[in-house]
Amino acid sequence: MSSLRPTHPKEVQEAVRSHPRLLPRGGGSKPALSTPRERQVALELIGLSGVLEYNPGEYVVVARAGTPLSELEALLKAHGQYLPFDPPFARQGATLGGTVAAGLSGPMRNRYGGVRDFILGVEFVDGLGNLVRGGGKVVKNAAGFDLPKLMVGSLGRLGVLTELAFKVFPYPKATATLEVAFPNLGEALEALYRLAASPIELYALDLVPPSRLVLRLGGLPEALSPRLERLERFLNQQGERLQGEAEEAYWEGVNDLGRLGEGYLVKVALTPRRIPTLEARLGAAPRRYMSAGHLLYLAWNEPLEALDEALRAEGLPGLVLRGVVANPRIGLNLEGPFGLKVTAALDPQGRFERYAAPN
Amino acid sequence: MTPALRELEALFPRGLLRQPGELVAYESDALTAFRARPLAVVLPESHEEVAAAVRWCQKHRIPYVARGSGTSLSGGSLPVEGGLVIGLNRMNKLLRLDPKERIAVVQPGFINLQVSLAAAPYSLYYAPDPSSQPVSTIGGNLAFNSGGAHCLKYGMTSNHVLGARVVLPDGETALLGSESLEGIGPDWLGLFVGSEGLLGIATEVTLRLLPRPEAYHTVLAAYDTLEKAGEAVAAVVASGLLPGAMEIMDSLAIEAAEAAVGAGYPREARALLIVELEGETPQVEAEARHLERVIRDSGAYEVRVAQSEAERMKIWKGRKAAFSAVGRLSPDYIVQDGVVPRSKLGQALAEIERLSERYGLRVANVFHAGDGNLHPLILYNGRVAGELERAEELAGEILKLCVALGGSITGEHGVGMEKRAYMPVMFTPADLEAMRRIRRAIDPLELANRGKMFPGSEAKPLSHGPHPLEKAGVIARE
Repeated sequence: MSSLRPTHPKEVQEAVRSHPRLLPRGGGSKPALSTPRERQVALELIGLSGVLEYNPGEYVVVARAGTPLSELEALLKAHGQYLPFDPPFARQGATLGGTVAAGLSGPMRNRYGGVRDFILGVEFVDGLGNLVRGGGKVVKNAAGFDLPKLMVGSLGRLGVLTELAFKVFPYPKATATLEVAFPNLGEALEALYRLAASPIELYALDLVPPSRLVLRLGGLPEALSPRLERLERFLNQQGERLQGEAEEAYWEGVNDLGRLGEGYLVKVALTPRRIPTLEARLGAAPRRYMSAGHLLYLAWNEPLEALDEALRAEGLPGLVLRGVVANPRIGLNLEGPFGLKVTAALDPQGRFERYAAPN
Repeated sequence: MTPALRELEALFPRGLLRQPGELVAYESDALTAFRARPLAVVLPESHEEVAAAVRWCQKHRIPYVARGSGTSLSGGSLPVEGGLVIGLNRMNKLLRLDPKERIAVVQPGFINLQVSLAAAPYSLYYAPDPSSQPVSTIGGNLAFNSGGAHCLKYGMTSNHVLGARVVLPDGETALLGSESLEGIGPDWLGLFVGSEGLLGIATEVTLRLLPRPEAYHTVLAAYDTLEKAGEAVAAVVASGLLPGAMEIMDSLAIEAAEAAVGAGYPREARALLIVELEGETPQVEAEARHLERVIRDSGAYEVRVAQSEAERMKIWKGRKAAFSAVGRLSPDYIVQDGVVPRSKLGQALAEIERLSERYGLRVANVFHAGDGNLHPLILYNGRVAGELERAEELAGEILKLCVALGGSITGEHGVGMEKRAYMPVMFTPADLEAMRRIRRAIDPLELANRGKMFPGSEAKPLSHGPHPLEKAGVIARE
């Protein structure tokens, strides 16, 4: 299997024009999405790396798509800022482009939003080899079609990402985490709903089955203790507190989704309403619900067809991130003519993998 | 009556407007300077009727525009001359409010502010707050990805729309998005929101509701130069605070707001800065102490902190009224909407002042300082020959300036008819060509809101005076 390693957008354009079937690939942290299939040439984008513009006062950063998350996050951290959508696999080599193409956010998306809420601008090479820009490099912009958002979750199907602009925010000056155990799932979910509808601002609101909530607060250090106490009063129970380095280390561990467990690693988009019946179908699969029950990551050791069926039964879409699969999109796929037409507009010759909806 | 119109009449026995007197109200939107006479207006009451209207247009190759309350400042809902207007004001129902899941499902003609009012009993609200929110509709907000004063922290309309049922230009139905904050596969909904009616018409919209903040802390600071106010914004940002809103008004805007609503602003100030913190009470109280220090060090000569909700509303009243208030200073004005990187605000304002002198036209500045969104108001008198043209030219210069400084030709009003000529300033031919390919793939005949967003597609409609609603102060240009 051959591969190409462009170091400039022009070389990406040439690669697209001269190869009938391509699969863009970043750091390879999501192998189900980045392993070339038959007749596909891998387009390695880690050579297309580096931060292009960063003025902390703007809350905007612009970087090449192959830039590793770890590199960008280190730069932001040095200026007290971060990517608020909290992309996973930062220490496993994930790149900005791969994160956008896979459409992945992490636990801290709960506070301010996911990758779609922070992407501002995009440059990509479409299926004709044209270099196209959409969006901008300012935090507010309504000019033209929102191509940056379109690229979130596009899995390399609409073009090869070459440059990305994001909104960034100040990182909280202090954080603390509260783990609270409940007698059963029902009570944990009830607390989750109450928290999500309350003015309590949680950086993370995770549900760890069967019935534990992990809550992260952030803000000014002087307000943190009273806020933790308020949080416990709100829940009517004490929790286990994590602070300082141990707390940072805990969330770094969560960021490496691979640690959930062996087997397939799958993302599911859902609402908390689905959790009770879904829980009954997932057995012992290690899993974690994030962002108040809107995002599930799970490890799956049974045949993938079983999970696909379970998700269909619940009317939920899933995406395989790790494991050998013909099509990483499982579960419900309602994609209709709108998506097919937009795809055909950007990649009329079918150079990119489309992951067509099965059946 | 032509056979095509008879067909339309059969489709809309109770919802077809044809008489010149009935059509006048639809000839223009809040972009005051233009009007165009549509062939007819239909007022569908269901998804199926919207689809029927779109199919009729498709069959007879009639261009059309969907329209809500017509508050677009970029001419987004301006009719195509001889085209059909699909008025969505009868589709104005709240279909579902689910406080537990924190979503509202509404028809496109539902009014923005009504969403928050409906959610208020559950201590929830709908975050996007364009100044037109007492009248503008969710359908129009969605089509133009409306903004407001809280975009730095909370994003724009697109960040608060979870799903939509839409009628595509071929009359078919598509479901985009879901009720989840997350998705799998390309973000088709993300593309649809802000597509200015070119990719279809939303007939049901699922909105995300947020818990109302527990506490607000609103500060009004007066400065003797605009520059100092701009520097104060930079200092707030540098301190690591993330206010919900930061707004600046210059002396001309202050004068207008005072004349209109008597907000009690310091009249002699050269610039006013409004900063609002919001969130959990202990956090806001701690942040307020940091903010106090930052503002004190910024050279403000007078600082007021709202001590009650009434005082807070008073501070905001002047700001929200500033646009229509400028009508008291000048018979006509153009509202411009551009974005610059926040660090270039000072440079942009100085340049706008020079342009103002060069063109001999007064410019008032009101802007969302937190996100670099400028709203220069260009004052002119339409009865003086050539003054409108000069004002438009000045407005164009400001847009080019915004792009040259690394910003955008629109922060929240959209491109519409008004700014389509400036799209090539911001985007390359390849960028525009890709967008146009998407448009044609969805609408090969380019009937949906023809003449908007893309440069050079249709002749400019005729000019006329301010919108009656605007003159009455019902809608504001922001």
